[in-house]
Amino acid sequence: MDFSVLLTDIPTLVAVIVGVPLVLAAYIVGGEYLVRRLPDKARPAVRPWIWVAPALLLVTGFLVLPAVGTVIQSFQDNHGNFVGLTNFGNQLSGFPTGGSWIAIRDNLFWLIFYTLGALAFGLLLAVVFDRVPYEKIVKSLIFMPMAISSVATVVIWKFMYAYQPPGQPQTGTLNAILSTVFRQDPRTWVQDVTPILGLFPLNNMALIAAAVWGIVGFSMVILSAALKGIPGDLLEAARVDGAGEITIFRRVIFPLMMPTVVVVGTTLVIFALKAFDVVYAFTAGNYQTDVLANRMYKLLYDHFPSDYANASAVAVILLATVIPVLIFNLRQFRAVEARR
Amino acid sequence: MSVAAASPTSSVAVTWSPRWITDRLGSVVLHIVVISLTLAWTVPTLGLLITSFRLPADIANSGWWTALAPPFRFTLDNYSQMLSASNLGQGLFNSFMISIPAVIIPVTMAAFAAYAFAWMKFPGRDWIFLALVGLLAVPLQLTFIPVTTEFVKLGFTPDNLQSIGLPPFIPLWLAHAGYGLPFSIYLLSNFFRALPSDLFESAEIDGAGMLTVFFRIVVPLSVPAIASLVIFQFLWVWNDLLVALIYVGGTPNVAPVTVSLVNLVGSEGQNYQLLTAAAFFSMIVPLVVFLSLQRYFVRGILAGSVKG
Amino acid sequence: MASVTYDHVVKRYTADLTVVKDFNVEIKDKEFMVLVGPSGCGKSTALRMLAGLEAISEGEIRIGDRVVNNVAAKDRDIAMVFQSYALYPHMSVYDNMAFPLQMQHMKKDEIEKRVKNASRILGLDNFLKRKPRALSGGQRQRVALGRAIVRSPKVFLLDEPLSNLDAKLRGQTRIELQKLHRDLETTFIYVTHDQVEAMTMGDRIAIMNAGILQQVGTPGDIYDHPANLFVAGFIGSPTMNFVPATVDNGTAKASGLEVKLPKPVSAAKGTLGFRPEAVTDRVVDGGPSMKMKVDVVERLGSDQFLYGQVGTDQVTARVDPRMSVQPGDTVQLGLDTRGLHFFDAETEKALI
Repeated sequence: MDFSVLLTDIPTLVAVIVGVPLVLAAYIVGGEYLVRRLPDKARPAVRPWIWVAPALLLVTGFLVLPAVGTVIQSFQDNHGNFVGLTNFGNQLSGFPTGGSWIAIRDNLFWLIFYTLGALAFGLLLAVVFDRVPYEKIVKSLIFMPMAISSVATVVIWKFMYAYQPPGQPQTGTLNAILSTVFRQDPRTWVQDVTPILGLFPLNNMALIAAAVWGIVGFSMVILSAALKGIPGDLLEAARVDGAGEITIFRRVIFPLMMPTVVVVGTTLVIFALKAFDVVYAFTAGNYQTDVLANRMYKLLYDHFPSDYANASAVAVILLATVIPVLIFNLRQFRAVEARR
Repeated sequence: MSVAAASPTSSVAVTWSPRWITDRLGSVVLHIVVISLTLAWTVPTLGLLITSFRLPADIANSGWWTALAPPFRFTLDNYSQMLSASNLGQGLFNSFMISIPAVIIPVTMAAFAAYAFAWMKFPGRDWIFLALVGLLAVPLQLTFIPVTTEFVKLGFTPDNLQSIGLPPFIPLWLAHAGYGLPFSIYLLSNFFRALPSDLFESAEIDGAGMLTVFFRIVVPLSVPAIASLVIFQFLWVWNDLLVALIYVGGTPNVAPVTVSLVNLVGSEGQNYQLLTAAAFFSMIVPLVVFLSLQRYFVRGILAGSVKG
Repeated sequence: MASVTYDHVVKRYTADLTVVKDFNVEIKDKEFMVLVGPSGCGKSTALRMLAGLEAISEGEIRIGDRVVNNVAAKDRDIAMVFQSYALYPHMSVYDNMAFPLQMQHMKKDEIEKRVKNASRILGLDNFLKRKPRALSGGQRQRVALGRAIVRSPKVFLLDEPLSNLDAKLRGQTRIELQKLHRDLETTFIYVTHDQVEAMTMGDRIAIMNAGILQQVGTPGDIYDHPANLFVAGFIGSPTMNFVPATVDNGTAKASGLEVKLPKPVSAAKGTLGFRPEAVTDRVVDGGPSMKMKVDVVERLGSDQFLYGQVGTDQVTARVDPRMSVQPGDTVQLGLDTRGLHFFDAETEKALI
């Protein structure tokens, strides 16, 4: 490692750390000064825009305009000619294994199992941990995987799934348990496409399981806060009314947690559809574990020159899958605002 | 009041009654369940940690749990080899160079913008805010192609920047800032709105202008929320893989630690000794940040999430 | 039989925190018993032990003849109205009231009958489909009552049910609760910190302070014959006058007042107690009298209260509203010895 680099780069870092807030503050102060020179009436009309301008510019430049650009590009070929739905046709042809269909299928698996897995475990842990005095410690332990990168998560789970040929001592935790406790042959978890219950490929489930492991802390923390928000005397009243603990959960606790479950669920769906890191690091999308985000990356960087047209189409397909959640979120937001 | 605090009481008056026995048994089962679940969650990480201190030959031939029984053969070689032979050290440094500005820029911009959204009226305010909420769901993939093509057209690439003496990370900083702004504005705006309006009214009567109110009242009161946002954004950027790949690529002199690690995964395959040490090395900084400031991180997550 | 007996009941949280100490009280079937006392006196804890929401550290609680120490709350056949009402926010008024009956696996038509009946009694017929958040405070309280009534329990427990209502509603609801008690003919145990509620509603009152039961009796009993200084000061508004006095040869001497005690007392020092209405504006010949320098005069139309100094003590007097007094005046007042109390200086117990 070249340490001389440090000497030149650290000043840059400091310059940015100090400079950026300073520049922005100066901009606001300067803007405020200009606003003060306007007549009273004009001030409240002009001032807000000065405050939001930098943020809005950045957001428009990096999110809004490019998104529109990509949508437009999905209708063009790689030379800028309008080709209508050809790119989409490419991606959606050859059902069930051609085009993007495997990626779409896998995204669906992620959508269902990642979300449900994280919700179910999050709920279970929230409820069970709530009743032990050392709750804070165990919650921290479950929450820790959230601090590490997906790549580190993948390394951890690659190790869990490690495979040695049958008859040799197993180095992967899961295969070790499989062979000693269950007396079965070890499996190549990450490559095995055998469908569980006839439908769900093992390797996809394995990847999803690793991702769920990393995100359960998130859903647990939120669901736990919702759980603790239920007034204690509601539960006492239910007890006096004759309800047993399970009935209380079913008819009082869970219904009251429902709004939070929905919020966590929709956030998890968004994360599931965005899945890239885990798949990229584990399998790069091979062995039929591809997801749309990966597919797009490959179209851009495993091709030379990059296949912008098809990549844009894949991105738009990804957007399409997210739109229902987006609309739902917006509706919820407006409903909450209306009640203010 | 927690569910547990309101849990059914066990009568302590009579021991060994049927009720007392079922209560105690239920309690034991509960603790077993809690501890097993926690163990199950920590085993993966534990396995990797122990492996990072084992000899390569051992790693290939036996499970990590055997290292917990004699003979105890541990080594630090994996770590030293990782630091000298791989790019992780450089990667760590790059991660700092990337993360810190990528936190400062959006947080400061978001603070100003959120204040306007929370306490100023302007036409289209609610619609724009709604659009920001919508943008939270938009996949980043949708933005890569146009932005990178524009950057290349303008010559705004890491290589060009470096050759004129500027940090190569500027495009990445701006990208992370742009991507992080919707959530940052949403979080801070919610917090600002919850501040009691009498604060502002009494400040107005005292003669304070917008600037004074912002810098001397709102910001000091918002330190917990800003802290949460900083940690959140920091961890998000530090652990990011995709945006870094897209905007600065994978060359060692600019790659953050996540990219270096993923390259190692690709090249090392089944040789776990380097991989395990590298993985843990990459985890140190976020774990330290997380453990020391966990409270704020959790608060950031809870912001706006608990409903009903 | 739905009597309730507390037999040497103790509630201890830690070795140095005992909130209920040796609580003994027998509540008769169909009685309206009020547990009253200042905040933190242990009354709510005593109620919750009966409900099964708190464990009993020592002693026995019996409902009828049945010892309920180890019986789960749901099996005790009691109903409770919580201070916060504890209505299930996600269920309609109907469902809130039906819930306890569903827990008993009652048939749907039987449930409907009971809920409609309770709803009629409480005037909730128009609100059955609404959720709690669409109801006013008074309506929510009635739903909480309804949820208790439908169960036809052996005992009704009420934990400060009026404290969240505004003053006017409180007065109305007090009357309605008393009527309800008469109609339902069931034991009511009612906890409050408000002595007015206690005096007006209870068949009997049990006063607690710092975990110790001070006195049990009818309102009249407690008002006229308080057992100790605390009870005397807690019940009655305005509060009883307390004047330190020494006893010399059967006469109590206070700084501005001397009075011959109707009975001999063993103590040499203590506190003289007399209620404002025991002070008269007419001095009986040979009777005890005092000179008061009046500080404040309160005219309430039907009453007149004088607040002033007698000797070095503060005294409140209730006088005829037609008496003409100004702040600053000095008036001669008499004392009706029928309303006289004397409390021992050390034990604070009433000796007269």
